[in-house]
Amino acid sequence: MELTVDGRAAYAFTAAKALDPAQDSVVFVHGAGMDHTVWTLPARYFARHGRNVLAVDLPGHGRSPGPPLPSIEAMADWLVRALDAAGIERAALVGHSMGSLVALEVAARYPERTRALVMIGTAVPMAVNDVLLGSAEANDHAAVDMLTVWGYSRHAQLGGNETPGMWMVGGTLRLLERAAPGVIHADLNACNAYRDGAERAAAVTCPALLILGEKDIMTPPRGARNIAANVAGCRITTLKGSGHALLSEQPDGVLDALISIG
Amino acid sequence: MAGPKYIRFDTLTLHAGQHPDPATRARATPIYQTASYVFRDADHAASIFNIERTGHVYSRISNPTNAVLEERVAALEGGVGAIATASGQAALHLAIATLMGAGAHIVSSQSIYGGSHNLLAYTLPRFGIETTFVDPRDPDAFRRAIRPETRLLFGETVGNPRCEVVDIPAVADVAHEHGLPLLIDSTFTTPYLCRPFELGADLVFHSATKFLSGHGIVIGGVLVDGGTFDWEASGKFPTLTEPYGGFHGLDFVEEFGPAAFITRARKEGARDFGACMSPTTAFHILQGVETLPLRMERHVANTRRIVEYLCAHEAVDWVSYPEVADHPDHALAKRLLPKGCGAVFSFGVKGGRQAGQKLIEALELFSHLANVGDAKSLVIHPASTTHHRMDAEALEAAGISEGLVRVSVGLEDADDLVEDLGRALRASQKG
Repeated sequence: MELTVDGRAAYAFTAAKALDPAQDSVVFVHGAGMDHTVWTLPARYFARHGRNVLAVDLPGHGRSPGPPLPSIEAMADWLVRALDAAGIERAALVGHSMGSLVALEVAARYPERTRALVMIGTAVPMAVNDVLLGSAEANDHAAVDMLTVWGYSRHAQLGGNETPGMWMVGGTLRLLERAAPGVIHADLNACNAYRDGAERAAAVTCPALLILGEKDIMTPPRGARNIAANVAGCRITTLKGSGHALLSEQPDGVLDALISIG
Repeated sequence: MAGPKYIRFDTLTLHAGQHPDPATRARATPIYQTASYVFRDADHAASIFNIERTGHVYSRISNPTNAVLEERVAALEGGVGAIATASGQAALHLAIATLMGAGAHIVSSQSIYGGSHNLLAYTLPRFGIETTFVDPRDPDAFRRAIRPETRLLFGETVGNPRCEVVDIPAVADVAHEHGLPLLIDSTFTTPYLCRPFELGADLVFHSATKFLSGHGIVIGGVLVDGGTFDWEASGKFPTLTEPYGGFHGLDFVEEFGPAAFITRARKEGARDFGACMSPTTAFHILQGVETLPLRMERHVANTRRIVEYLCAHEAVDWVSYPEVADHPDHALAKRLLPKGCGAVFSFGVKGGRQAGQKLIEALELFSHLANVGDAKSLVIHPASTTHHRMDAEALEAAGISEGLVRVSVGLEDADDLVEDLGRALRASQKG
């Protein structure tokens, strides 16, 4: 659906369904350089199961125009205004990687808007390698290569896609290559600069779930300890063998875990 | 931290798309000679049908063995995904039928496989799709032939039988300037010799019957999506950018981004046209792909040796292979095909139609048949076989002289091949 947020057009995927105020909502937030298409499968699932779904394109991503936002905090504030624009009072927030930090920030600062928090492929702090940041700043394709190769477990780099006939590495490359100049750098910079994650986690009051990849080298499972230790009752699902690209590598495993949030 | 290292091509030919079988721990890809797959429960069934979960439903649409082949070829080409089809012709048809309908127009190289030419020139017009054929050596000819209703530019990496090389970067530029994709038939070169997506092409297909499988034992095709073309920006492809009534209003670009084309091709084309590959065929092609680098290297080495021999032979009028200095595409081939121009080429034997026929009949190692890309060497003389009804003038108009012989060089010892040709050439010149 087309939204207007801060006077600017924005887009969110609703799985071709109109939002129904009587239904619970699930809001999805993509990672660095990505867009709403990473959520197609789970969004379709929740839409068929009586939920409003809203898979946003953050500004400068996918179908949302404008410059990328400079910080996780700014993205969180934007997301709340996007919920306002869509007429969604309260939602389960599901984020992957950078999007998980945005979801955390909203859950901590806007508890009344958050009925559940799911952080996929996450860590706090989410430090970003200097070489990667430098390549992204220079809009060098090497940044796309690093995000792609490091994003997948070694196992998944050989394929074996659960979606028949699709080459995961190629799919990620093409999606990241679509990012406008400066977008990947802005995103990675925002992740790198976000230092209050543990404190924010302590402020979360809603049910929380972490979905982690056992073989994730970008946000290794140990990096999520700071979140789990600070969120009361936080549950963790670790997907065996998965790298950081959990939504590509094990889409059914991610969905099975997500279903528990209702 | 070390820089990123992609898995390399030769490793991908062996591993891409497959891990030891989760059910049996079998190392090789098992042949799932299976039609259908059991759902866990009603909701699981609904979730697969509605693209919420992954999995196989029915082998016309996807199959576990075929999926390995599809993923492997997509990996080797550097694309986002692929579909295995019943033949190369089925792959070409699937590409066209996914992109356009009646009223559309294609601009194609005139130097293409005869079967493709038949489809474009004679069959598709009956369904309202017209094609203009142009000189593959002239990117401006592609440009001049584009009309408002054009939806696709098409060519082969190396043409048949004169080995015309399409300037893929230049033709891709022409296509993209007009918001159109470029489809390349890469059968003769395989991803080992040429990766068209890296040169600017958007879609690729193979007759996997040829070098991908490599042993002349199956019929099959593969259609690959590079994931590079911006269908939304083009605005000319409603099948990809507007809600599809055949799938509950699905907008493929909106939901699948760079994988929109190949997803529509599977969800609609594989489902409705039904030109699927047998899983046993996919298994055979996979065996071939596992040795693709080794075979292509040998195919090219043997071809170079034979071309050199023929160029110096007194009974040979001409040799048409892009690595020969006087071939019109010599410089272009050096740029686009540095590892070699494949193993299919043609030459002219002195003495015309009669000499050509004698040559064919005197060959013993080269098999006289209508195919290319076998491990065994193959030969055909169009003037006395496929085109025997044409007189000399008609043959020339088709770019085929009376003495033209097309060769597909196999993997035998090159000395034996040279000696076989030597004997046959001598026989061809005897009165």
